[in-house]
Amino acid sequence: MRGRRKLGRGVAMVGAGMTKFGIFRDKDSKSLFAEAFQEMLSTVDKGLDPNDIDALYLGNFTNDFFVRQGHWGPIISDLLGLTPRPATRTEGACASSGLAFREGVFAIASGFYDVVLVGGVENMSKRSTEEVTEGLAMAASPYEIKAGFTFPGVFGAIATAYFAKYGATREHLMNVTIKSHNNARLNPKAQFNVSIRDIMNQRIEKAKMRGGSVPTWRDEKEFLRDPKVNPVVAWPMHLYDCCPISDGAACVLLVAEEIARDFTDDPLYVVGIGQGSGKALHAKEDLTYFEATRYAAQEAYELSGLRAEDIQIAEVHDSFSIAEIIHIEDLGFFKPGEGYKAVEEGLTRLDGPKPVNTSGGLKCKGHPVGATGVAQLVEIWKQLRREAGERQVPIRDLRIGAAQSLGGAGGTCTLTILERR
Amino acid sequence: MEERPFNDISYERFLNEGKLMGSRCRKCRVLFLPPRTICIKCFGSEMEWVQVEGKGRLVAFTCIAIGPPFMIREGYNRKHPYVSGVVELQDGVKVVARIEGVDGNNPEMIKIGTRLEVDFLHRGEGRNSTAFLAFRPCADGHG
Repeated sequence: MRGRRKLGRGVAMVGAGMTKFGIFRDKDSKSLFAEAFQEMLSTVDKGLDPNDIDALYLGNFTNDFFVRQGHWGPIISDLLGLTPRPATRTEGACASSGLAFREGVFAIASGFYDVVLVGGVENMSKRSTEEVTEGLAMAASPYEIKAGFTFPGVFGAIATAYFAKYGATREHLMNVTIKSHNNARLNPKAQFNVSIRDIMNQRIEKAKMRGGSVPTWRDEKEFLRDPKVNPVVAWPMHLYDCCPISDGAACVLLVAEEIARDFTDDPLYVVGIGQGSGKALHAKEDLTYFEATRYAAQEAYELSGLRAEDIQIAEVHDSFSIAEIIHIEDLGFFKPGEGYKAVEEGLTRLDGPKPVNTSGGLKCKGHPVGATGVAQLVEIWKQLRREAGERQVPIRDLRIGAAQSLGGAGGTCTLTILERR
Repeated sequence: MEERPFNDISYERFLNEGKLMGSRCRKCRVLFLPPRTICIKCFGSEMEWVQVEGKGRLVAFTCIAIGPPFMIREGYNRKHPYVSGVVELQDGVKVVARIEGVDGNNPEMIKIGTRLEVDFLHRGEGRNSTAFLAFRPCADGHG
């Protein structure tokens, strides 16, 4: 690369909102986005006149396929009364709104706009599991699709390569799942707002009421080893290794740094952004890392002048349990091959030195793909402003958080670093 | 030797003919499989077709219980999973492919490093016929 990356002017985040994620048979993309927008408005401390929004950047992956409707930019700008101001849709598979955020940052940093709405939405629940699997597989390369790969399949294959190289096992992946559920239990917006222990107890109660044989799992891992409750999806990815099918929307308000205090006395500053792209599965030199993530991290760290150890909390793209382990290595939090040990030692727990996915992550908070990248930043917003309630991390001098969003089998990655000053 | 364009359409047609074909840069001799139109090492576009010997080893795999509709139509389901994998060939290039001749219900028995040889799964008739790239454990039994 030529020269050092820099933004033309500073950008701040002054509002953030999201819907609860889940399966909502009676909600469509418009009602979901409206709900996220209304919550975002309520978080702008000094208020926002929507007439002041200069432009909309919207992440959405496959509404074309899932609800047979494309061209979502103007549909959402019309919904919010923003027309005739510009609306741009970005697509980067599961990183679609990570891209929207970055475009929003550039639009302000260039000096062109002062106030930009960035969001994402996905409406996935109106199709069968097989159809959703097929739709998501569109983010793979044509070679992978023809070879029968699904997304759980791609990450299953990556897991076998990781296991073979570093000696990790399925048991280590379970540590990620258990942690995600423990965090999501404290997040009312999460699709699976329960711990594994809660799920075990519910099932035992149900069995007792029905008068059948009562399960006797000793602990969470024994539950996760039980193929009746945790069947294979794409070995070694089991049901509890995979994020669910979700509906949801999220949005944030970005403004030029010099006007941030017109909106709040407590803005968050966008200090690092990075984006990378990656090769198809067969062309990767090594299946146990993502070149797109490493590149995005390098860009974001360079822009911010920060290092991996300066990031105090992070939301990472745990579409599958193995992905969380690889991401925390690619972001430099832990050395390659050490991520699974760090999770096992509890270093990434809510009360650990490096909390990861305090929201419950994609696995438990839910993964309406187009909304995810921005929803991760909503969590960082809440944590840095100490508004995360029961799941607030106990780090005393909490200032810096990051969110990493990955599309496809590592084809697209964004990393955003936010700072509270 | 062959006049076909260096793209996925030609690659697929070769598969239908039972040939695994890659493109090699005439300038820097790097081999690409599937073929690339542009050499990503020297950015030249002088390519030649090379038939790749279909022997390699398994570097990653998965046993898929919930597949896309076209695999479900082949009879695969939660009770009868199929196997997809990444195979590194002797020429140093890798491909993704179906893995045949292994038991998707016994993933612990499938070993990374297993020696494999190419196979072509022909499906459909006439104009709708398609060949799927597959690999299966070497017939000589040397693991």
